[in-house]
Amino acid sequence: MSVRTQTIPDVGAKTPVPALEPLLFELARPGRSGRHVVSHDAADIPAAFQRKAPLRLPELTEPQVVRHYTHLAQLNYSVDTGMYPLGSCTMKYNPKVNDRVASLFADLHPRQSYRTTQGVLALAYEIEQMLAKITGMDFVSLQPQAGAQSEFTALLVFKAYHAKRGEAATRRRIIVPDSAHGTNPASAAMCGYQVTTVKSDARGNVDLDALRSALGPDVAGFMLTNPNTLGLFEERVRDVCDAVHAAGALVYGDGANMNALLGVARPGDLGFDCVHINVHKTFSTPHGAGGPGAGPLCVKAHLRPFLPKPWIVREADGSYHYDTAREDREPAGLGDSIGTIKQRLGNFGVLVRAYTYMKTLGEEGMVETGRDAILAANYLLALLRPAYDLAYDRPPMHEFVISAAKQKKQGASALDVSKALLDEGFHSPTVYFPLIVPEAMMIEPTETEPRETLDAFAAAMLRIAERVKTNPAAVRDAPRSTPLRRLDEVTAARKPVLRYAVPGVAGAE
Amino acid sequence: MGNNPYSPHTEADRAAMLERVGVRDIDELLGAIPNDARHPKLGIGPGLSELEVQAHLERIAKLNTTAGSGPFFIGGSIQRRYIPAAVPVLALRGEFLTAYTPYQPEVSQGTLQATFEYQSLMAELLAMEVVNSSMYDGSSATAEAAFMAVRVTGRHKVIVATEVDFTYRRTLRTYGRGPELEIIEVPTAKLASSAEGAACLIVQHPDAFGSLVDVRQIADAAHAAGALCVQVTEPHANALLEPPGALGVDIAVGEGQPLGITMSYGGPHLGIFACRESLVRQMPGRIAGQTLDANGTRGFVNTLQTREQHIRREKATSNICTNEALAAITAAVYLSLLGPEGLRAAARAGVARAHKLANRLAALPGCAIANDGPFFDRFTLRTEMGGWDLRNALIARGIQVEATASHYYAGAKQTGKEPAQANAKPYVGGRREGRDDVIVQCTELTTEADADALVDAVAQLTRSGETVAAR
Repeated sequence: MSVRTQTIPDVGAKTPVPALEPLLFELARPGRSGRHVVSHDAADIPAAFQRKAPLRLPELTEPQVVRHYTHLAQLNYSVDTGMYPLGSCTMKYNPKVNDRVASLFADLHPRQSYRTTQGVLALAYEIEQMLAKITGMDFVSLQPQAGAQSEFTALLVFKAYHAKRGEAATRRRIIVPDSAHGTNPASAAMCGYQVTTVKSDARGNVDLDALRSALGPDVAGFMLTNPNTLGLFEERVRDVCDAVHAAGALVYGDGANMNALLGVARPGDLGFDCVHINVHKTFSTPHGAGGPGAGPLCVKAHLRPFLPKPWIVREADGSYHYDTAREDREPAGLGDSIGTIKQRLGNFGVLVRAYTYMKTLGEEGMVETGRDAILAANYLLALLRPAYDLAYDRPPMHEFVISAAKQKKQGASALDVSKALLDEGFHSPTVYFPLIVPEAMMIEPTETEPRETLDAFAAAMLRIAERVKTNPAAVRDAPRSTPLRRLDEVTAARKPVLRYAVPGVAGAE
Repeated sequence: MGNNPYSPHTEADRAAMLERVGVRDIDELLGAIPNDARHPKLGIGPGLSELEVQAHLERIAKLNTTAGSGPFFIGGSIQRRYIPAAVPVLALRGEFLTAYTPYQPEVSQGTLQATFEYQSLMAELLAMEVVNSSMYDGSSATAEAAFMAVRVTGRHKVIVATEVDFTYRRTLRTYGRGPELEIIEVPTAKLASSAEGAACLIVQHPDAFGSLVDVRQIADAAHAAGALCVQVTEPHANALLEPPGALGVDIAVGEGQPLGITMSYGGPHLGIFACRESLVRQMPGRIAGQTLDANGTRGFVNTLQTREQHIRREKATSNICTNEALAAITAAVYLSLLGPEGLRAAARAGVARAHKLANRLAALPGCAIANDGPFFDRFTLRTEMGGWDLRNALIARGIQVEATASHYYAGAKQTGKEPAQANAKPYVGGRREGRDDVIVQCTELTTEADADALVDAVAQLTRSGETVAAR
C-alpha cells in the first residue's frame, strides 16, 4: 500500500495518511479464486427451483482479499489505535484474553441438548448471578442482544405486568426525560406506547414537578438513565422512583452509563424496578464497528414471572437444564412470561467475554473501575474548563457535556471542533447530543486512558479553541490529515447509492 | 492501583488528578449518591490473573461436547460450516473489532466501505435491491420485517407459515405483543389462501424441515391481496436456488451465521435484511451509502439516517442502534474468499450429502423421509421411535441431531410416508399428539464417516426399539 505523507498547516506534524482502497468488485477478475471449499458433488435440485439469476460475486485470490481488508482496517480509528472519547459509548480497552476464551465456546450449536452443554449452562447461570449482584437486582435474562432490544424486552415485561393487574388497557403511556437516548422513545413506540417527554431542571436532573404532573393512571412506566446523558447522577433519584411507583407505574433503568456505578452504587438500591446492561460498554466487550453487543435485563423479583423463557435451572446435584423446552417433555408453558426474544442465551459469545472481564476485575477491581472512570472524567473536565462552556456546573460522574456555543459564535461549531480533533489524532466525542445542550460535546474518557493521554487530548482541545479564535476558517476546513475530507451526507441521502452496481446488470445504477 | 489490571493510574497519578480537580478524595465527587447506597458489597469474589481466568474458563468449557467432537447433524438456521483461516484473521483485526459505530466517516472508511461491500455482496446473492448493514439475527430480522410490512400496509394481521423455524415464530409472537399484532400461523400450503387483509405472508424456503417451497405463487397471492411477501432464507441456499429477488419477494430476511461466523451457542450472529428499493425509507437499521468528499473523492457514509432512532426518536422505523456490523464484515470476508464457485461448492456438498444420506436411511426398515417433496441440505427422518427418543439415543452414542418436537410445529404439513411396519415394535415413550421426527442437516463438513455412524446407529436403534428414559 502506498502511504501518502502530508503536512497539515496548522497541525504542523508530518502525518502519514493511508491510501484509499478500491472496492472488492473492482479488484476482481473472472477466473480468479482460492481453493477453500471444493466439491465434485452434484446437487439434486428440481429445475424449477434452480437459480437462473446470475451470481456475480467478485472473484479474488486469498492474497488479494487479505491485502484488501488489511488496507481497509488501516483506514479505521479504533480503541486499539487510540483514545475514543465517545460519550455514553464507554470505549474502554477490550482485553484480548476475553476474545481468546470466547473461542473455547465457539463450536457449540444452540440446539444441542443440555446434556452436551453443561459448561454453557453453568457459565450462563453464574453470569446471571454476578450481574444480579452488581446491579442489586434479583433475576436476569441474558436473551436481549443489545441495549435497545433490552429496552423493548423490558417494556414488554411492563405491559405483561400491568396486564396481570388488569391495567393493560389503561396504562398506555411511557415517560422519558428530554435527555434520554433516542432508543428509549423508539423502544416505547415499537411496544405500542405513546411517549411523553419531561424536561430537565436547572441542575440537569429530571424536573420532579414536571414528572409528577405527567404521571397518572394511564402511565405504564418511566425510563431513566442514571447517571444521565449529561453524566450527572440524579440528585433525587429515590424521590423520582417513589413518584413513579406512587402512580402505579414502573421505573426502567437504562444502563448505558453503568460504568460510573460499577462498585459505586447499584440501581437496585436506588428504586429502579429493572436495569439493562450494555456489556459492550461496561464489561469491555469489543463493539465490532457497530456491533455485536449484548443487553442482559436485570429485574426485581416482582418482574421475574414476565421475563423471557426459557430459564436456566440448577439442580441440587450441580447439573443444569432449561425450565421450558425440557427437551423431551411438553414445555411447562410460558406462564406469565412474555415469550422468547432470542433463542436460548442471546449473544452468548459476547457474554463469555463479559464474564471473563468480571472474573478478572473481581470485587476490588470493579470498585476501582467505577471510581477511576469518575476521576478521569472530572480531571479532563478540569483541564477543558478554561476554554469551553459547561452546561451544568456540578461534578459529573463518568462523562460530561461541554458546549461549543462560545466557539460557534467565534466561527466554528461543535462539528468543526470534532473534525479538527481528527487532525490532532483523536477520535471525536459524541456531538449534538444530548439534545438539550446547544453545540453539545459529550466526552467519556473511561478508566483505561493514562493521564498522559488525557493531558494530550485536553491540549489538543485547547489548541483548537485557540485556533477558533484566530483562524476559524481553518477549523471549519478540518479534517485535512484523514484519508478523506468531509463527506457529502446530503447527497448520499438524496440520491442513495446503497450497493455496487455490477456492470451490465439490469436494475443496477 | 492494581485491582483493575487495565487501569493505568498510579497512586501518584490519582493524587495529581485529584489535586487538579480540587478535591481530596474521589468520594467528594459522589455527593449526589444517597449515602447508604454508596459502595455496596457485591460479593463477587476477588479478581483473577490472566493465567487463572484462562484456566478457569478452560475447565468450564470441558463440560461441553463440542459440535466437532463427533458426528454432528444439528443445523437449521445456524449451521456448522467450514471457516477459511483468513476469515477470523481479517475480521477480528483490532481496527474492526474495537471500533465503534462509524459516527466520524473520515476515520471510519474501513468499516463503511466493508459494510457497503457487504450490502453489495448480499444484494447480489439475494438478487434484492437494498440490504441494510445488519440486524441482530434471523429471528429479530423476521419480526422487524413483519413490523415493516405493518407500517407499509397499515394492516395489523401477519400470517406466518408453521414451517418457519419455531424460534423465529416465537420471537415474532413475542415482538407482536408490543403493537398487539394479530399473528396467525397456517401451514405453508395455506399461506396463499390466507392473504386477505394481511400485512404480509411470511414463508421460509427452504423451510425448517429442509423442504423446497414454491415462493413465487405465495408472493403473487400476497400482492393480489395488497400484502407483502416476506421470505426467510439461508445464504448458501441462494447459490443454487432461485433467490428471493427473482421470486417476487418484497422483504428477504435470514440468518447470516453460516457465512464464516462461529455458532457460539447462538450468537453473536448476523440478521440479514433486504427489501425492494421502493420500500427503503421504511427499512429498519443502518445503511451505508456511497458519496463524495469535499475533494470529490469517493467515500462512504451511513445514510438515510432520518429513519433512525437517534434522529427520529419515537417516529423511527425501529429502535435498533447497536447491530452486528462485525458479523457483516465477517460475512463479506467469507464471501470474497469463497467467491461464487466456492459458495456453490459448499452449498452443493451439503445438498449432495443430505440426499445420499437420506437415501441410505430411507432404505432401513422402519425408517422414512418425512419431507413432502424435494428438500435442500437437510431432511426429516421419521422412525417408529419418537424423534426425541431417537435423538437422545443417538446423543448417548456421541451423535448429535435435532428433534422436531410436534408442539413446536403443530399443524405443519409434513405428513410424508409412514415408516414401513416390517420391524415394528410397540412404541413406549413420552410421544405426544402428532409426530416427533429428527432433522438431519448436512454441510461440506459432513463426512462419509459421519454418515456411516448415523446410518449404523439408526439401523441398530430402530431394530432394537431401544428407548432412552426421558429426563
